[in-house]
Amino acid sequence: MKIARKKKLKENVAKLFMWCAMFVVFGLVISVIWTIFSKGCKAMSWNMVSKLPGGGFYIGKEGGFLNAIVGSLYIVGASTVLGLLVSIPVVFFLNIYLKKGSKLAYLARLAFDVLFGVPSIVYGAFGFTIMIYFGLRTSLLGGIIVITLLIIPIFIRTMDEATRNFPRDILDASFSLGATRWETLKVVLRQIAPGIATATLLSVGRAIGDAASVMFTAGYTDSIPTSLSQPAATLPLAVFFQLSSPIPEVVDRAYAAALVLTIIVLLLSISGRFITNRFSKNKV
Amino acid sequence: MFALTLLAIMLVAAIAIGLYLKSASVIQDKSIWSLLFSSEWRPMKGNFGFLPFIMGTIWVTLLAILLAFPISMLTAIYLTEYSKPVVRKFVFPALDILAALPSVIYGVWGVLVIVPWISQHVAPHFVEFSTGYTVLAAGIVLGVMVIPLLISLFIEIFSSVPVELREASLSLGATRWQTTKKVVLRKTIPGILASTVLAVSRAMGETIAVLMVCGCVIGIPKGLLDACYPIPALIANNYGEMLSMPLYESALMFAALILFAVVLIFNLISRIILYRLEKTEK
Amino acid sequence: MSIEIKKLNVYIKDNHIVRNVNIVLPEKQITCIIGPSGCGKTTLLKTINRLIDSVEGVKIEGNVFVDGQDIINSGTEITELRRKIGLVSQRPCPLPMSIFDNVAYGCRINKMFKKRRQLIYHVQKNLKAVGLLEEVKGRIRTPAARLSIGQQQRLCLARSLAVQPEYILADEATSALDPISAKTVEDLFVKMKENYSIIMVTHTLHQALRIADNVVFMYLGEVIESGPAERVFHHPQHELTQKYLAGAFS
Repeated sequence: MKIARKKKLKENVAKLFMWCAMFVVFGLVISVIWTIFSKGCKAMSWNMVSKLPGGGFYIGKEGGFLNAIVGSLYIVGASTVLGLLVSIPVVFFLNIYLKKGSKLAYLARLAFDVLFGVPSIVYGAFGFTIMIYFGLRTSLLGGIIVITLLIIPIFIRTMDEATRNFPRDILDASFSLGATRWETLKVVLRQIAPGIATATLLSVGRAIGDAASVMFTAGYTDSIPTSLSQPAATLPLAVFFQLSSPIPEVVDRAYAAALVLTIIVLLLSISGRFITNRFSKNKV
Repeated sequence: MFALTLLAIMLVAAIAIGLYLKSASVIQDKSIWSLLFSSEWRPMKGNFGFLPFIMGTIWVTLLAILLAFPISMLTAIYLTEYSKPVVRKFVFPALDILAALPSVIYGVWGVLVIVPWISQHVAPHFVEFSTGYTVLAAGIVLGVMVIPLLISLFIEIFSSVPVELREASLSLGATRWQTTKKVVLRKTIPGILASTVLAVSRAMGETIAVLMVCGCVIGIPKGLLDACYPIPALIANNYGEMLSMPLYESALMFAALILFAVVLIFNLISRIILYRLEKTEK
Repeated sequence: MSIEIKKLNVYIKDNHIVRNVNIVLPEKQITCIIGPSGCGKTTLLKTINRLIDSVEGVKIEGNVFVDGQDIINSGTEITELRRKIGLVSQRPCPLPMSIFDNVAYGCRINKMFKKRRQLIYHVQKNLKAVGLLEEVKGRIRTPAARLSIGQQQRLCLARSLAVQPEYILADEATSALDPISAKTVEDLFVKMKENYSIIMVTHTLHQALRIADNVVFMYLGEVIESGPAERVFHHPQHELTQKYLAGAFS
């Protein structure tokens, strides 16, 4: 019986440690969110989200960060569309045209997993060298291209996972009814629609939050870009640059921008969960 | 479609070649050896020793993993081996939030919470004065950032262990903890290692958050309360100045190349191991 | 030293899996639980050693007495209960370690021996009991996963026996094996009933006919008929039992 008691003691000690670990995780989440919200809410005002910074983003006390909001929307919107245009054909190619266990598919998946792991600063540096090669300056276009490169691996990985889980019997059924591959694609598309939706949300979340890559390529500006060749401000950089300013009003802008960014990202994350939970019920 | 797929695969090679071409001039000028192991960094004089930055990266990354590993491991074990669905309903959204928050937000949190905490409550016990912008701050912030990644990888690996194996151990009179320790963990050692390597490579490349709390003082850190200057921070901080000197630009691209090479190798190793494990489980 | 089940009901989420079961599983005999698949046989088995606890949303009502102690309601030490009740599952699942360590696993968990020599002797004795000792000679330190499926199942049996249980639960223990290995394992069970009370879930009637002393027939979670094998097989009282034995369900 002594052994049994000892076993039980160890079990409980282990459990205690696990509870502590989870407590730490919860504590961190609460700490981060609370910090951002308490600082951000104090700094928040309608001017923040509706006005451009007055007198320079680093020193000007007036205005808000509309430039960053619009810049981020431009970049994220455009690169999401581009990313989808590239990724969807690739995912179809990997899962339908290639047979299971194909070498090329293995290599491609490995490549995308590796690309997913490449730090965004490296994407930024690489994008920068390409831009210099083509004689481009920091611009909206540069930002869009780099963010597109950055999110393509996320798109492909997430969609690929959704497509791989999907029953191949349906393919066979569709083929055996005499459908062509293109018609079959439509069947597949309907099956993986939630996968595409989740992938999009994930990619948008990553795209809007990434600072290191746009720093080199999109640059930063006080105004809203009116053409692709002008530099564009982004939300994460609005936080980053303005946080280090000595002027309290500017630092407040950084807090408010952080709040906006956090809220956007949280909404994306919540709707991602919502979609996977709801849509998966209708799948085979 | 085939062309697009190939193009995407080629992106890996393109990045490597692009960065190499750009950094070729500094490599020819200085030799890789002196770049990697010299600690003299004077861009204006043409001295590019990356050792302080490499050491900074290693310090910060190791500390981050050291902090994140036990927390992630214990949480993942609890979630897969012990928890009731109710617990998961609370923990998963929390992890979702952690995973979704952008780097810059963690940076703000680090500046507002961790840095003052270190300078006011931790550092006074050990040194006379510290601004708080230290290896410790960067390690903590980075550790928090890799926790969701590690937990999700661990959960995936633990879930791949068949239930029958756990039942076999339990039916011999083992407790949950004994079963976890001697069967589940033992069976998943390769997966755990691969996931950790993956997390290391992720931590290495993190830029903005680290840049905001690391102090950015050039020098090899001697302790947790020293400032440091990891490679990504170096690149991000100097992108403006570098255009003025071709060799400087080349050196910074070399830094990006080092980062890319290390991350690439780590990623390849861990992914191949994880793929193989996935296959044997099916 | 027997197992007595009284008014046992098991629910998993909204499903009533085991319905009002009242049976006695006699000592040092083989009791076969038969019935079509999905009738609650495995759930009943897992309730006896409380492995059912780790299933999500499970609710147990009623009593199961093992050695006179109610394991459902009194604060039974579950690890001790499980040690006392060995389990052989449908698919052999050697633990990810060597043959020796597999058998020694339970002994180490329960700290049965102080001296290493005793442990080695004990492991050999149990390997011998299942006829594996000769077959694995010289490779006892190699991973257990390299054994054939039939050998693995016998190893699992040896592993269960090594912690000196009083009861053995077997869940279709021969169904994943080739006919020759299945026969070997079946013969082992017959031999073992001198020392252990064996409760076996099986879906092959022939096996039950060959080795059962007692038979429990379950259908849709209820025990339709139970008693000595002779009586249930040759003079079934209930209509459903007659139908099942005549092959009506399969």
